[in-house]
Amino acid sequence: MSDTINLTLKLWQQKGPNEKGRFLTYEAKNISTHASFLEMLDVVNDELMEKGEEPIAFDHDCREGICGMCSLVINGRPHGPDGGITACQLHMRKFKDGETVWIEPWRAKAFPVVRDLVVDRGAFDRIIQAGGFVNVNNGGAADANALPIPKRNAEAAMDAAACIGCGACVAACRNASAMLFVAAKVSHLSFLPQGAVEKRERVLNMVKAMDEEGFGSCTNGGQCEAECPKEISVSNIARMNREYLAASLSSS
Amino acid sequence: MTLDSKIPAGPLAEKWDNHRFQSKLVNPSNKRKYDVIVVGTGLAGGSASASLAELGYNVKTFCIQDSPRRAHSIAAQGGINAAKNYPNDGDSVWRLFYDTIKGGDYRAREANVYRLAQVSSNIIDQCTAQGVPFAREYGGQLANRSFGGAQVSRTFYCRGQTGQQLLLGAYSSLMRMVGVGKVELFTRREMLDLVVIDGKARGIIVRNLVTGTMERYVADAVVLATGGYSNVYYLSTNAKGCNVTASWRAHKKGAYFANPCYTQIHPTCIPVSGDYQSKLTLMSESLRNDGRVWVPKKKGDDRAARDIPENERDYYLERKYPSFGNLVPRDVASRNAKEACDDGRGVGPSKTAVYLDFADAIKRDGEDVIRQKYGNLFHMYHKITDEDPYKMPMRIYPALHYTMGGLWVDYNLMSSLPGLYVLGEANFSDHGANRLGASALMQGLADGYFVIPYTIGDHLATADLPKVSTDHEEFVKAEKEVSERQNKLLSINGKRTIADLHKELGLLMWDNCGMARNEASLKKALKKIPDLREEFWNNVKVPGSGEELNQALEYAGRVADFMEFGELLVSDALDRKESCGGHFREESQTEEGEAKRKDDDYSYVAAWEFQGVGKAPKLHKEELVFENVKLTQRSYK
Ligand SMILES: Cc1cc2nc3c(=O)[nH]c(=O)nc-3n(C[C@H](O)[C@H](O)[C@H](O)COP(=O)(O)OP(=O)(O)OC[C@H]3O[C@@H](n4cnc5c(N)ncnc54)[C@H](O)[C@@H]3O)c2cc1C
Ligand code: FES
Repeated sequence: MSDTINLTLKLWQQKGPNEKGRFLTYEAKNISTHASFLEMLDVVNDELMEKGEEPIAFDHDCREGICGMCSLVINGRPHGPDGGITACQLHMRKFKDGETVWIEPWRAKAFPVVRDLVVDRGAFDRIIQAGGFVNVNNGGAADANALPIPKRNAEAAMDAAACIGCGACVAACRNASAMLFVAAKVSHLSFLPQGAVEKRERVLNMVKAMDEEGFGSCTNGGQCEAECPKEISVSNIARMNREYLAASLSSS
Repeated sequence: MTLDSKIPAGPLAEKWDNHRFQSKLVNPSNKRKYDVIVVGTGLAGGSASASLAELGYNVKTFCIQDSPRRAHSIAAQGGINAAKNYPNDGDSVWRLFYDTIKGGDYRAREANVYRLAQVSSNIIDQCTAQGVPFAREYGGQLANRSFGGAQVSRTFYCRGQTGQQLLLGAYSSLMRMVGVGKVELFTRREMLDLVVIDGKARGIIVRNLVTGTMERYVADAVVLATGGYSNVYYLSTNAKGCNVTASWRAHKKGAYFANPCYTQIHPTCIPVSGDYQSKLTLMSESLRNDGRVWVPKKKGDDRAARDIPENERDYYLERKYPSFGNLVPRDVASRNAKEACDDGRGVGPSKTAVYLDFADAIKRDGEDVIRQKYGNLFHMYHKITDEDPYKMPMRIYPALHYTMGGLWVDYNLMSSLPGLYVLGEANFSDHGANRLGASALMQGLADGYFVIPYTIGDHLATADLPKVSTDHEEFVKAEKEVSERQNKLLSINGKRTIADLHKELGLLMWDNCGMARNEASLKKALKKIPDLREEFWNNVKVPGSGEELNQALEYAGRVADFMEFGELLVSDALDRKESCGGHFREESQTEEGEAKRKDDDYSYVAAWEFQGVGKAPKLHKEELVFENVKLTQRSYK
């Protein structure tokens, strides 16, 4: 299977947040089907540079699906056509020879474009800052086994904690809602006794921060779960809504 | 200058306590008068920033990525060690200490390693309190697995995403401190120089990667936690952004670089598939708990793995090392894989791979159990190679993974430059010539949560630290140098791409200073690197300008530093005419082909002082003294 393919790429180019963007058309030739999607972009960028043109900026780092840095909408889908992975884990064997491939940044008001395919996801950090933690200082923690936690709770917490904060959920949602991201953190911490202590304040503070950042509201479209590279479940959203309701009632 | 390791006096087990008692403290209300810069938000930098801020210091924290949560620590898979002895299988602080010293092939400081083992338990407690969802047993207690180089189960884990969960724990503490205004966070910033005033580290120059502006930051102490330098080899398991720039620029400003030749090659990575390859993917070593490593007995055997009958397979690790079997340390496992392939018994299209086979484990425990333990790793392998490891064995080959060497630090984690502290993979401190699996996460968090909070106070309380401003001439000078270097890169406009030159350097390093090294290969590399560096500075093409987001420019700066640093790494390898841990000098091996140390001549830390680009660095030796363990040739038979 040592095949190569040729593709027509439509790459989003945008100098800065306030500039107008446009698609650059590029013929990518002899791309190995074993290469990853980002390796294909590396090749394209090297060719552009050799021709004296500016490469297309895109975010990436770990290239193994865990840092959450890569953020490409490929043929209309965050992280591309294959389910349960990030763009950096996508391989060229998923594309057909002669295909046209559209490559765009996350599009959401709360994630302004920095340049080309790079967006600013600082809003996510600010949401975590508002409450996505356990209020515990370093030092003096009790023995880790002092508080047994049922395996099923630990596993459920881990399922939610697997979120890599990439923002695909926002990019996938027609309202650009960040509910799945926020709900994953809220659920992760609520499932554990350490986090449950502050669950009321946490959910209120995080949702408030989310709203202030300009994310849209959730209308239960479910696209977030479908495009989440870690397959985080929308049931977290329902759980967060219940917690939010309970917290609002008890605090008002 | 003589190297003072500042190892406290007294019996090993009491050193850390005594030291903490004797160190000067900054009184609580005075802490807010001190500013500390932390560069890096991995396990080391993230935990340090949070802990220092909780104590009351004003912290400024920097990272390259768009969020501190994306530091390379996020990618660690397998687990974190701690001497909890929960499984009751004979573990203790002493055993973890001993395993680490032995695993490091007796090239680490006893006192540092003992302290690491001592605080290891606190790390697990602290992380659990933060809500890190460690794996648990049905009774609700924490679960453990075993890792290479140990005969006890002391590794705590979160599925195959331990680094992610530990980092998110540190990140949440960090963001909490950002929220209360004790940490000021600067993302998408790259440190390009250290500012030294009156012999003390007092600030940094960073480039704002979004706008391209050079920025100056001043503080009373600077903490570097900028990770390792594996990417000098181009292909490695490290994230693409990992670099030596911050450490290297600090080195050029006077901080000594220790043991750069101690590099770790990880035995279980997905083999190279083509020349477009941009990085290598690690398959966690925890897989060796259940996977069996083998190659065909016959050379050039082209049959599919399944078609090779049991009696024609060579489970070479089990055969050669019966007591550790597939769990021998990384260096041993890597060299044996290379040997098998060099012997013509490699598998896969490139013939540079060996099998890691789960068939027996699946038969024994069932697919579900294996899926629960390693599901995400199998998934990752499947996605990359298009082969299903539940059905056929994985193909693996060693790759550059971790660097034990780093900036020299004393017991307080302070470098040879007063006021400059170095934590995590960026320092050289605890792993000697080889790191055991699951010990980097432990060390990063030990440094950040439990060492620096105590040791930084002594410097702040005792050093003379007059107020300085960013208008100081040293800031002006440093910024000017950085800008000039950047302009030079942009003006070359040559013919070769940055990646092309980086690849050439990487290949040169891998071929001549990789899994095995000898005098001739090292001398060859020392001759070629300066030529390549010259080619880089004359013929690289860096597009765009400095006043914008310019990823090519960022990359070019990092490769330029690798071009200088590579020479130091090779010089160190040449100086050390013994084999130890990850440093295998072919001239120094036993009749059975195992690494042979020369304790009489080389029982020292090599700390190098910068003398100028292309000039031979100056060697300072810190003799290692072993009062508590007896040096033996490692044996995992
Ligand atoms: C794939 C993989 C799996 C691993 N698995 C394990 C495991 O199971 N167990 C284990 O113990 N260890 C493991 N390791 C090793 C371990 O992950 C690392 O050694 C450790 O995480 C390093 O942490 P750190 O905090 O020192 O640095 P990093 O996490 O690398 O963080 C470096 C930080 O410095 C910043 N930075 C770097 N340069 C600059 C600059 N010039 N200016 C500003 N900021 C800068 C970066 O932005 C980043 O925030 C693994 C490593 C890899 C590659
Ligand atoms: S680059 Fe890290 S998740 Fe894609």
